[in-house]
Amino acid sequence: MKRRRILFICFLILLMFPIYWMVINSFKTENEIFNMTTFFPHSFTFKWYQEIFTNSMWTDSLINSLTYVCLNVIITLLAAIPGAYAFSRWKFRGSNHLFFWLLTNRMAPASAFIIPFTELYFTLKLFDTALGVAIAHCLFNIPLAVWILEGFMSAIPKEIDETAFIDGYSYFRFFRKVFFPLIAPGIGVAAFFAFTFSWVETMIAKSLTSSMAKPMVVTIGVAAQALEGTRWGLMSAVTVVMIIPGAIVVYFVRNYMAKGFSLGRV
Amino acid sequence: MKNRAWAFVSPVLILVALNAFIPIMAVINYSLHYSFAGSAPEFVGIKNYIQVLTDPDFLGALGRQFVFSFAVLLVQIPLGILIAMGMPQKGRWVGPSLVLLGIPLLIPHTVVGLLWRIMAADQVGIISKFFSYFFGYYYKVAQNPVDAVGTIFILDVWHWIPLVALLCYAGLNAIPEPYYQAAAIDGASGWATFRHVTLPKLRPVLIIAVLLRFMDSFMIYAEPFIITGGGPGNWNTYLNLYVSRRAESYELGYAGAASFIYLFIVVACCYIFFTVMTATGKGDKK
Repeated sequence: MKRRRILFICFLILLMFPIYWMVINSFKTENEIFNMTTFFPHSFTFKWYQEIFTNSMWTDSLINSLTYVCLNVIITLLAAIPGAYAFSRWKFRGSNHLFFWLLTNRMAPASAFIIPFTELYFTLKLFDTALGVAIAHCLFNIPLAVWILEGFMSAIPKEIDETAFIDGYSYFRFFRKVFFPLIAPGIGVAAFFAFTFSWVETMIAKSLTSSMAKPMVVTIGVAAQALEGTRWGLMSAVTVVMIIPGAIVVYFVRNYMAKGFSLGRV
Repeated sequence: MKNRAWAFVSPVLILVALNAFIPIMAVINYSLHYSFAGSAPEFVGIKNYIQVLTDPDFLGALGRQFVFSFAVLLVQIPLGILIAMGMPQKGRWVGPSLVLLGIPLLIPHTVVGLLWRIMAADQVGIISKFFSYFFGYYYKVAQNPVDAVGTIFILDVWHWIPLVALLCYAGLNAIPEPYYQAAAIDGASGWATFRHVTLPKLRPVLIIAVLLRFMDSFMIYAEPFIITGGGPGNWNTYLNLYVSRRAESYELGYAGAASFIYLFIVVACCYIFFTVMTATGKGDKK
């Protein structure tokens, strides 16, 4: 048992090292990064962060990224909650085939979709808008959210619904007063996964935007290939800025994370 | 009652149809036509498919992709199980461990690529400093194929072992304590306990882990693109990068056919694995 614990701690150190390295690099001066190997910055500097938060190229894309991710979470939940309710109450329970169909939505290689996606969203006049990216990300987020919510809803006895309707509750009032409080953890987990997959997705976001709604992942990709790519301090600071939102979200759902990834199959 | 059910599921159906069915139909349509840079498309039947399947570049990318994905699975699954077994099961360290494991999973692919690009930079990066300091080896990610492929491999292992470990951790938590007590009373060795108690109970989460890791590693794109642009040569050009390169140069017929073959391969592999695993699982339960 002791040996396993030591192995785990070693693994955590290795896992955290790249992130630690980025954090300290982002506080180092250019000279220190290039000419020294230091495990703690000698001359502390905030200038990389200052540069990011005063340059509209970075701040605009950060706002764009957060906008479409939040929109996507809202759209996903609005569509998936009634959908999952229908699946859990009136129709079949999740069979293996439904499960597999759900996964196929994650299997589609994005390279296959970029051209038809671009054309479709161009026709819908949603090209280069945050809303367009948010709707496109529903491709993989909605099936996942339906699956997670269906699991949480099926755990709640049907009798609760029936009693509420006999007591004269309308659908709206039943959802608001009775059902939502009961499935609140499920909604939280579904929102977390919608956030995660929309936040990390690159290819669709890249092909559906050009300038107005350009997200952070694209700006970073372009900058890394250009001159900025050799300014390691700036690039490290950008990396740290992109890690922070994820770390915050992980903190709130840490106890449900594993259950969510296993799609309720534990 | 039935009508109400349809009203409830219609938003889901509309959004999935918009995003999945329309584009896939368009891809099939492209794949049957020849068009180049805006010329009027001409129906060519399955010619594009023949062209893709006899293209050495496509087959090369496909081969590298299979080797990469299987290597990733071979390393990540056993290590993930091992790490999950070392995780604290209760107490105050559970929360911090889960948060630390979860962080890499929420870093966007481009950012992971950038992070490793900074570490792998020629001479300045920590990886090349490490190699030259301890082994006197001149590490060059942009020129040496071994360094480049190795870096992408280690990057993927670093990024995704936490997912496998988290899944196995959830699976291990679901095994009731009496199972282990019974095994101990029977005098089972550590390995026998693992083989006959732990592993069968981990089956459902391991199926998910293998499926997720297979399909995601089969779609690796941003990381090699950021670090070496797919090079040196074609060494890090995996399938997604190759197909999207052709799509971006507006070879719609070729890209459409290649995408459809690509999708078919992923779905077929996953389906075979999934049915075989669930079928043998039924035999185990008795």
